[in-house]
Amino acid sequence: MAKKIYSTYPMVKYLRKEALPTALCPGCGGGTVLNAFANAIDGLKIDPRDLVVVSGIGCSAWIASPYFLADTLHTTHGRAIAFATGVKVGLPDKKVVVISGDGDLASIGGNHLLHAARRNIDITVILVNNFIYGMTGGQVAPTTPFGAITTTSPYRNIEHPLQISETVAAAGASYVARWTTAHVYQLIESIKKALQVKGFSLVEVVSQCPVQFGRRNKMKEPAEMLHWFLKNSVPISKAKDMSPEELEGKFIIGEFVNRKRPEYVDEINKLIDEVQGSFGLRGD
Amino acid sequence: MIIRGDEPEQLRLLRRLYKPGNYFMQGNEALSYGALFAGCRFYAGYPITPSSEIAETMARELPKLGGYYLQMEDEIGSIAAMVGASWTGFKVMTATAGPGFSLMQENLGYAVMTETPLVLVDVQRSGPSTGQATKGAQGDFFQARWGTHGDHPIVAVSPTSGQDAFWEVIRAFNIAERLRTPVVFLFDGVLAHTRERVIIPPVEDVEIAYRRLPANEEEAKLPFGDPHGDGVPPMPLFGHGYFTHVTGSTHKETGLRDVYTPEVHDRLVRRIHRKIEKNREVYEKYEEHFTDDAEILIVSWGVTARPALGAVLRAREEGINVGLFVPKTVHPFPAERMRELAKKARAVLVAEMNLGQMIIEVERYVNDDVLLKGVNKIGGVPLTVEEILREIRGVA
Repeated sequence: MAKKIYSTYPMVKYLRKEALPTALCPGCGGGTVLNAFANAIDGLKIDPRDLVVVSGIGCSAWIASPYFLADTLHTTHGRAIAFATGVKVGLPDKKVVVISGDGDLASIGGNHLLHAARRNIDITVILVNNFIYGMTGGQVAPTTPFGAITTTSPYRNIEHPLQISETVAAAGASYVARWTTAHVYQLIESIKKALQVKGFSLVEVVSQCPVQFGRRNKMKEPAEMLHWFLKNSVPISKAKDMSPEELEGKFIIGEFVNRKRPEYVDEINKLIDEVQGSFGLRGD
Repeated sequence: MIIRGDEPEQLRLLRRLYKPGNYFMQGNEALSYGALFAGCRFYAGYPITPSSEIAETMARELPKLGGYYLQMEDEIGSIAAMVGASWTGFKVMTATAGPGFSLMQENLGYAVMTETPLVLVDVQRSGPSTGQATKGAQGDFFQARWGTHGDHPIVAVSPTSGQDAFWEVIRAFNIAERLRTPVVFLFDGVLAHTRERVIIPPVEDVEIAYRRLPANEEEAKLPFGDPHGDGVPPMPLFGHGYFTHVTGSTHKETGLRDVYTPEVHDRLVRRIHRKIEKNREVYEKYEEHFTDDAEILIVSWGVTARPALGAVLRAREEGINVGLFVPKTVHPFPAERMRELAKKARAVLVAEMNLGQMIIEVERYVNDDVLLKGVNKIGGVPLTVEEILREIRGVA
């Protein structure tokens, strides 16, 4: 069965066949993200040899490492963006993409996310937000909805979730968008835009973890979670006119920012030119 | 970046910028110039006393050489960025002190497991915790060895002066490149801030090594293989179309994760150990003074090796047969030579600015009939010649 799918699935050329099938659970949103990413790469005709994909720790970090056939760096928990920063400085002409989860990038790695956005380094981050620490067994995360049940908030979650896209937009990223796994075509288009923007870009993908999240929150079927996303998604244009109370429990979807700002690696290279010029160090 | 083929331009810049001769500078500056001569063109760091002058020197000098200085948001991000840059071909360095070194431990283990060349300078300061932040110490001997979790080998180099830091950091880079491994550089707050004479040599006098690159597609497909039989795999850098996969998880020779097969883990971790253990000639280094007839042997390292030599010279004037053994690569410890010297001695004194760390390593190579004693001092002030001499007289 699996072999048959691989022989007919057009995006399989972008995958490491020897690593398949993926370890993702049936119904996981990770496959949708991998598919959307592959379609974006295909749509833009990016040669995978011009790609470096970096990820951290957790289920979402496995989406591209090792399954995507490119140079892939599977790093420590929370630090993918910092590793990617070094890669991008070394390979300014390559596309450097981070694909990882909410716990990885927004909790333990939150500081790197903020500062990469502030520097506006030309890295594309696809942050898969499934509200939960999936790999470790479904513990509460800084993204878990208020009131949700998890293995470490067995009565209810008393914390409010971090609004990742809004925070990263405020920190200075060039491009920020949020979609859910129920908005596949919009997601592909946003990933394409993010890859083309010069500067830091974040695509937050609200994604389903039926095993660790849905099951404990009355949505054990993946489709139930997708329905939940669709029912509660509010386009950013509409959300502008809604009160915080009305937006409670909603997913604001769409593009938060798309703007030109000076890019970090460009700025370092400019600085090097200036310094070498002012010290009379340039070659003939 | 200094990559093969780019040397003429880099040599031109180095020649132009750094005239050979006598300079009066801090240990931190001497170390920084050594790194530049070694080919370091990427530095990612976070300020911390007493290491900050290294960041300042690198921030000032690297752009002149076309190199990159990144000030990261913390020490964890600094070592992470270094690893990323190393996989693109840069020779990379960071400098920190005790607390920052603690924060870097997880990713130091990542660099061991992924066999990523880098140089991590730890300017040791008085701890634990914030301790005496501005004062030197030698308390990180075992943090360098066992700070990161799991079975792992480590190479650590420790110099005895600013001039020595210039040369030893070059050696540290060469070891990192030759063995595809992180190297810890154990500097200390005293040498870091001591201003003394440093001779900058002509660039031609500096020998630098480069990491092994894949000779062909076959080698590139096995980023963690052992095609040369010395345990050191060629490094298929990112951006060359090799589709290299790098993970800190247990992986096969291809780089692909396999955390379930016991033999895969055993093979990988044993090879990484063997790579360090079997290539001693790449890194083993020590200094000896008057050891031929030494009945009393002082073992010391880093800053303390200097008053130790002073004490030995004075004791020799008094007719005491005392010698000095200074490991310059402190991990792996020069075990064989230590054992030989300890056999000839009736007393071994280990002098260091801590409450007894290298002595634990020395103890493994000293027979029970030899008197083994630590000469220790903490509080941020180095041991003096008098203090060490007193201990020598005590066992003479």
